[in-house]
Amino acid sequence: MGAVHSVSREVRELEGKTGFSFDQIDHLHWRFKKLSRDQPTIRKENFNRISDLEFNPIRYRIVRAFFDNRNLRRGPSGLAEEINFEDFLTIRSYFWPIDVSMDEEQVELCWKEKLRFLFHMYDSDSDGRISLEEYKNVVEELFSGNPHMEKESAHFVTEGAMMEAANVCVGQMEPDQVYEGITFEDFQKIWQGSDIETKMHVRLLNGETMALCH
Amino acid sequence: MFFRMFVAFSPWNWLLLLVALKGADASSDLNSSNSTAQQWNSNLNARFAAASSEPDERISVFSLDYDYVQIPYEVTLWILLASLAKIGFHLYHRLPGLMPESCLLILVGVLVGCIIFGTDHKSPPVMDSSIYFLYLLPPIILEGGYFMPTRPFFENIGSILWWAVLGALINAFGIGLSLYLICQIKAFGLSDVNLLQNLLFGSLISAVDPVAVLAVFEEARVNEPLYMMIFGEALLNDGITVVLYNILIAFTKMHKFEDIEPVDILAGCARFIIVGLGGAFFGIIFGFISAFITRFTQNISAIEPLIVFMFSYLSYLAAETLYLSGILAITACAVTMKKYVEENVSQTSYTTIKYFMKMLSSVSETLIFIFMGVSTVGKNHEWNWAFVCFTLAFCQIWRAISVFALFYVSNQFRTFPFSIKDQCIIFYSGVRGAGSFSLAFLLPLSLFPRKKMFVTATLVVIYFTAFIQGITIGPLVRYLDVKKTNKKESINEELHIRLMDHLKAGIEDVCGQWSHYQVRDKFKKFDHRYLRKILIRTNQPKSSIVSLYKKLEMKQAIEMVETGVIRSTVFLVPYQTQRIQGTKRLSPEDVESMRDILTRNMYQVRQRTLSYNKYNLKPQSSEKQAKEILIRRQNTLRESMRKGHSLPGGKQAGTKNIRYLSFPYSSDARIAEITDEDSSDSGSPSILFNAQSQTDQLQERQLTQEIIPMKRLHKGGKTFSFGYQSHASQEEDTDRVRRAAVRPKPLFHAVSEEYETEEESEEEILPIGSRWTAEHKNGREHHKSHSPLLQRK
Repeated sequence: MGAVHSVSREVRELEGKTGFSFDQIDHLHWRFKKLSRDQPTIRKENFNRISDLEFNPIRYRIVRAFFDNRNLRRGPSGLAEEINFEDFLTIRSYFWPIDVSMDEEQVELCWKEKLRFLFHMYDSDSDGRISLEEYKNVVEELFSGNPHMEKESAHFVTEGAMMEAANVCVGQMEPDQVYEGITFEDFQKIWQGSDIETKMHVRLLNGETMALCH
Repeated sequence: MFFRMFVAFSPWNWLLLLVALKGADASSDLNSSNSTAQQWNSNLNARFAAASSEPDERISVFSLDYDYVQIPYEVTLWILLASLAKIGFHLYHRLPGLMPESCLLILVGVLVGCIIFGTDHKSPPVMDSSIYFLYLLPPIILEGGYFMPTRPFFENIGSILWWAVLGALINAFGIGLSLYLICQIKAFGLSDVNLLQNLLFGSLISAVDPVAVLAVFEEARVNEPLYMMIFGEALLNDGITVVLYNILIAFTKMHKFEDIEPVDILAGCARFIIVGLGGAFFGIIFGFISAFITRFTQNISAIEPLIVFMFSYLSYLAAETLYLSGILAITACAVTMKKYVEENVSQTSYTTIKYFMKMLSSVSETLIFIFMGVSTVGKNHEWNWAFVCFTLAFCQIWRAISVFALFYVSNQFRTFPFSIKDQCIIFYSGVRGAGSFSLAFLLPLSLFPRKKMFVTATLVVIYFTAFIQGITIGPLVRYLDVKKTNKKESINEELHIRLMDHLKAGIEDVCGQWSHYQVRDKFKKFDHRYLRKILIRTNQPKSSIVSLYKKLEMKQAIEMVETGVIRSTVFLVPYQTQRIQGTKRLSPEDVESMRDILTRNMYQVRQRTLSYNKYNLKPQSSEKQAKEILIRRQNTLRESMRKGHSLPGGKQAGTKNIRYLSFPYSSDARIAEITDEDSSDSGSPSILFNAQSQTDQLQERQLTQEIIPMKRLHKGGKTFSFGYQSHASQEEDTDRVRRAAVRPKPLFHAVSEEYETEEESEEEILPIGSRWTAEHKNGREHHKSHSPLLQRK
């Protein structure tokens, strides 16, 4: 009995904090409990039980994203050992659709947060730049499901992408200029005004949109 | 080529035959058709009879027999005239953005009509119920379905269906009922037009043809969901209107003998649903069958287009046999078939299919519009001020009502609702076109004594909307500052989209929530596991990223040559420094030496290089080699550029059999060599070598340098707006089974242009019209994701 009460109190708190509705938090809580086997925290190993995730080429990255300190707002780098329900919600909140009725500034902020999440997915060593190596790892993972793909393709594609990024972000480069990697500002520039901003959301079937920023 | 001409020839044969038969058949509606065709038929007989029955007549050296060729001759002249008009239309660059092409076609039609009327000539009987529904309509629909961008369509499918189906119904019944009420007013002299006739008129006048405005949208680059709404509406609207029309015609026929009871109305509704869904079902079945058959056609690629067209047409006819909606059938067939057929057929067949489809639909549309123009100038009009004005008014009013009401509802369910501006644009894009006219023209006179009035009213609405709305919608879009799309094709974007898809699917899996991405994912899995194995020749899924990458690289190469080689050197530098992780910089002297080398056409036997492996090679030599390869490539390109735009099939001096040497990837040190086939040489294999990571071993092997000849320079295609170029063609063309999937190092960034293979370099590709280019672009633009990137295990 006590456990149930504490859960619902917790849920209500979270409802206030994150702006999700009671039902949504409830559902996510149920899911959290399933994943954690009724423990208060989840570790990386718990994610292995999700069968559908096996087919996902970037599953390790996704799982890492859940434990990334930068996404959890716990620190500038590193991975957390375990996350609790509130952290779970935090990560999930990156994927709420942006409520377009908010004012421009807030929408900007929300969008920036989402982009930052994406950026962290690429930037695995937390140095604030996506280097060629890191980008290449991502591309390789994306190609990993296709056994017919030659290994070199990833490399060339990555190079092409970096070149593009360099051109978008820095423009014409001097002969001795070095392009170190994609910074977050560059990343934002690449995504300026493109349609992709409408795509980063995962909606619950009841179709509610929530204000992301808190 | 022979095949193409042959296939193009036969529709005309059938047309002639049909007209001849119609002449003999007394139930034709068109009086002129009847008499002319009979006359023509008798002429035919007379000619052949004369040949045998009068052997002793003097042989005349010159004689004229116009009647024999009149119909095909005039039809051909019409088409030619319209094509010339289109050429003229596109010569002036700004015109396609100003007004839709249908305006032009209507004007040409009016011109032809004036000529015919002026010379008091009997026009060829092109337009007949059977001819229209059997020959003129299917190509138009097929083209619409085939070039539909599938991904955005299915992303927005809920809204599109809701809008298209209900919009058509609301408009049809709304206009019909309002007009009926108007007809009740005795003062207008319309009281003999009963409810059913009004409803029928409402249904045919609500057939919008917004494709006409899509070309204008291209210029304004409106955002994707809005674009898809209009495209989706165009696609489905025809089908729905024709279904409704047929049902109401059936009702009208029935009304002569008995009263309509409520059970009939229910039956009508049920029939509507069955006809629609049944048609789509038929289409899907035929689509799968034809996809399956194309799996086996690798040795006789000449019949591949034939299979595609015949099966689509067959789906149309089969559905029509059962009184199902042939239009929806052919649409569903095209959509289903496209995905698999494109991977199965050879490159030439693919291009043939595309162009032939465009050509057929363009011809159909032209004929319809010209006939519309011809009918305008003539005596078959009945002008009734009230009817015409109220029709026009009600069309606008009901469209506004349906747009705002339906979108208000659907916005509740959309994550990104359509703004009022978007809705205004959708309202304003309700341009009527050939569809309405055809249906009005084909009304049976026996059931509709006031048919002429209907035709007149239809014509007025079409002229008004096509000209006034068509011309002003461009400025309106710009004025309203509708949210633009910033779609530029880039590798980054493609990669990020892929990443996002997987990310979203992953998050959904983790959080245990379903949304439509799950549905799409599941479909993709199913598709991969079963459908592709059955329907696709050799199951090598292509990565759209790699395809795009190749296409962009090619584009870059072309651009580089155009703008001069200096830029490329700048690109080369950061690339190399990136590669070496910022620890090495190219000195200015290196760059200088590169420029020097450029002036000399140096050809050196290449050694395989492990440029990426910074531990094994001295950086200097690798850079030099990189430069040399770049220089070599540039020179070849420049050479080929100098010799003219379209490169003959790989036969230029110095460019024949040239292959890229690609840089190996260090970690497993494999080198791939790409061969691009010459048109004469099919099936040259891609060679994969295994190289050891030690330099000395590699240096023993020698390879000849080869560079891909740049054959795909279609400078003429400059009117294609870059932003909307899709790489659908890329996905299929370079990733043929025979070719390796590796390209040499990328040096360039993204701008896109059309990309054809060498096999078509010699053929002139006539732009058939701005509508064609618009849809061509549209159809290919959003086609990014149709080939699944990854195989699910």
